[in-house]
Amino acid sequence: MTHDEIYAKVKVVLVDALGVDDEEITPSAVIRDDLGAESIDFLDIMFRLEKAFGIKIPKGELMPENVANDPAYVENGVVKPAGIAMLKEKMPHSNFTEFEKDPKVESMSKLFTVEAIVKYVEGKLK
Amino acid sequence: MRWIWIDKFIEFTPRTSAVALKNCSLAEEHLHDLYPDFPIVPHSLIVEGMAQTAGILVGEARQFKEKVILAKIGKAVFHRLVRPGDTILFKATVDQLNEQGASISGRVELLDDKAHAAGIGLVAEIELMFSHIDQNISGIKFPEHNFVFTEQFTDLLANYRLSAPVTL
Repeated sequence: MTHDEIYAKVKVVLVDALGVDDEEITPSAVIRDDLGAESIDFLDIMFRLEKAFGIKIPKGELMPENVANDPAYVENGVVKPAGIAMLKEKMPHSNFTEFEKDPKVESMSKLFTVEAIVKYVEGKLK
Repeated sequence: MRWIWIDKFIEFTPRTSAVALKNCSLAEEHLHDLYPDFPIVPHSLIVEGMAQTAGILVGEARQFKEKVILAKIGKAVFHRLVRPGDTILFKATVDQLNEQGASISGRVELLDDKAHAAGIGLVAEIELMFSHIDQNISGIKFPEHNFVFTEQFTDLLANYRLSAPVTL
């Protein structure tokens, strides 16, 4: 499956899960901030991705969990270098360039973009 | 207060599907308000009946150890009204089920062969998502005891499994 084919199917998943218009979905759109996803929507997106692509998404693989509450990774609302390293290892499909300039916990959601999902699925399908 | 919107299970296949039945009666007081001259079963309570059917199906999959809550109604399309005297079936099928939750496809149908023959037996198509809130990704902690599955719900399934003709 090509990158564009995966992107097209991911768009359908996001439209169905989030109730957004097709035009709102761009590669750089942040799932939470731009498309309005809430916590439960991430589970819905995961289920729909599994069904659409015939893949299995283990817990925490698409998006690491409980990072913000872990003192090993976060201090005073800032993600520590150990946390960034862990996130990079667990989310090779995300772009960390902007996040590393100002690694606040509340900015972590910006790592989860439409393109990040497409790259994750590409990796699973290889 | 009893908040049970299904009367009994008539089919139950663990981790796969379930069918529950509800007899709709004019004795249910809320029908008198909606509407006084033309009582119908509110759509919201039909969704609730489906949620209870599907919620027990999801809960049983992990032996009622998880606190299963209805998290999202993905779709609820209604094709006809339900009136007092009607019997409806809630048919729930598991689409996906894992440690974090489940997604369910549901159909609500009249128990009425004539209505089905006439093509008007389908009441609603409902898609639901359930979350096992103790497995939430935010790490929020909830009370240890399972406040979701009271005996009101677990008895429904227990009675289905015990089902035998009652003779006096």
